[in-house]
Amino acid sequence: MTSLPWGAMARLAGRRALFAVPVLFAVTFGVFAVAAASPFDPVKAYGGTAALGADQATLDRLRENLGADEPFAVRWWDWLTRAVAGDLGDSSVMRQPVAEVIGERLVWSTLLCAVAFAVAVLVGTLAGVLAARRPGSWFDRTVTSLAYSLEAAPVFWVALLAIWLFALQWDVLPAGGLTETASEQVSAGQVLSHVVLPAGVLAVSQLPWFILYVRQGVGDALAEDPVRGARARGLSERTVLLGHALRSGLLPVLTLVGSRVPELITGALLVESVFSWPGIAAATVEAATSVDFPLLAALTTLATVAVLAGNLLADLLYGLSDPRVKLSEL
Amino acid sequence: MTSISDATSGTAAAEEAEEAEPVWRSRGTDRRSTRTIRVYTSATLIVATVLAVLLVPPAVQLDQQAIDLSAKLLPPSWEHPFGTDDVGRDLLLRCVHGLRVSLLVGVAAALAATVIGTAVGACAGALGGWVDRGVMRLVDTFSSVPHLLLGIFIIAMFRPGVWPVVISVALTHWLSTARIVRAEILSLRSRPYIDAAVSGGASRWRVTVRHLLPGVLPQAALAAVLMIPHAMWHESALSFLGLGLPTHTASLGTLVQSARGSLLAGQWWPTLFPGLFIIVPTLAIAGLAGAWRERLNPRRRSELML
Repeated sequence: MTSLPWGAMARLAGRRALFAVPVLFAVTFGVFAVAAASPFDPVKAYGGTAALGADQATLDRLRENLGADEPFAVRWWDWLTRAVAGDLGDSSVMRQPVAEVIGERLVWSTLLCAVAFAVAVLVGTLAGVLAARRPGSWFDRTVTSLAYSLEAAPVFWVALLAIWLFALQWDVLPAGGLTETASEQVSAGQVLSHVVLPAGVLAVSQLPWFILYVRQGVGDALAEDPVRGARARGLSERTVLLGHALRSGLLPVLTLVGSRVPELITGALLVESVFSWPGIAAATVEAATSVDFPLLAALTTLATVAVLAGNLLADLLYGLSDPRVKLSEL
Repeated sequence: MTSISDATSGTAAAEEAEEAEPVWRSRGTDRRSTRTIRVYTSATLIVATVLAVLLVPPAVQLDQQAIDLSAKLLPPSWEHPFGTDDVGRDLLLRCVHGLRVSLLVGVAAALAATVIGTAVGACAGALGGWVDRGVMRLVDTFSSVPHLLLGIFIIAMFRPGVWPVVISVALTHWLSTARIVRAEILSLRSRPYIDAAVSGGASRWRVTVRHLLPGVLPQAALAAVLMIPHAMWHESALSFLGLGLPTHTASLGTLVQSARGSLLAGQWWPTLFPGLFIIVPTLAIAGLAGAWRERLNPRRRSELML
């Protein structure tokens, strides 16, 4: 590919951004509607234990200050206009502005997810191709049964067993956190040794899907005419497998990569909480446990944005990798 | 395990390949016999699970909450096949009780999700027009929020408990069923027997309920069965995060959650066994549903199902 169709890509991204606006409106509105329907009380949540002993007048003033008496649609609109300006409110559990919480933690979540995803794609492709090469062989059977069992296994359970094995039995990797508990500074070496286990577990949780799809895609491609033609011309097994079967078999997989974002977020939620990884997914769980509405609302919106961006990525990859598809038609 | 693993990815593709079998492709054992073994294994496991869950708690007069501090954290033995937990409760008994709770929550949530999904999908497919467009937009919007996150949000707002868990799982899982039911109805609508019913003067309601819905039911039932493992998985994830069932209720998620402390002290059995109790029913249901799907629609290309 010599040059990318930047114009068409930008137009597709623009169209998707326009489509994302109503979705985000609806999702944030839904978040406020659910909160309004629930027994959740913003005044009690704001005051915490201090609200228990407060007199009625203080509580009423607080209620008025927070705008808790207004209908939820008004509060939603308030929140939305402020959010656009970058003010997402204050998190009660983290004791700092929500925007700051996200800014500090987003890096670590991105690092974790990127490493895990890269490992999953590489290992998944390799194992999938090797399994597809000889369907029914012992390797194929082992890989597919392992993949199905792992797909059925809960991520948090795999994470706990991994801690037991690597941190307790063999004592080769740290059991959690971002750095050693004693150290104040965040150094690259420490982060590197601490990211291995959580990223490995997250990769393992995404792996089965990749292996099974690559195996199926490459297996189908191997039975098709171009591959038979390549074999008939006497090309080497390696060229046939990597140059012909993998290229056409990987196409559907590549396009689905972007649509895996929800699963990645689900996995990150569990992995980050097991390993006390200081990312936004772990913050979501903390926010939920202590009913920190501003943080929870912002993180739900952020996750929706991530999913929509993933869908866009999937469409872009699809349009770019398959010359039969026109970007303008997506 | 091998038998189950071939359930989805192998069969339909294998059948397609059967006609044009390349000479160089070696094949392991006979597919048909492995498929039969797979179905019987899955069915046996499911029957065993259901029997254990239904019969053991009432029949065995043992208290799953019975604490015995002199027997705490014993490794697996003949007396306690799964070992004991940190207050000396028998883990096999706890696991069976936990599976019972998880399975009940899973079945209830899957049923509720199927009812919602079928109703929404049938409305969209049968009414068409702006209703269809609006409903499908709603489905798209719902699917832009990761399921577990939406579930966590709902539970955070309504506080944890059995019913919030069922509701949050149901509210996040009806989307796929709605899509399947809508697509089926749209394809059924173009069949001649529907034209015949309409020209015979049947009302829209009657056509939908008497002619369209029965045709959709097998697909919806299959989706419901496949949703049970999903729902169980969600329940255990929520419970594990402390946002599901209360800790004293034994469910597969709360069992793993409460085993965290003893795991860090080096005892692996309180963690290992509840997890296996999630994996085995999931694989058995997937194996059986794979065979069922093949029956329903042998020509359709198999998909990965978990």
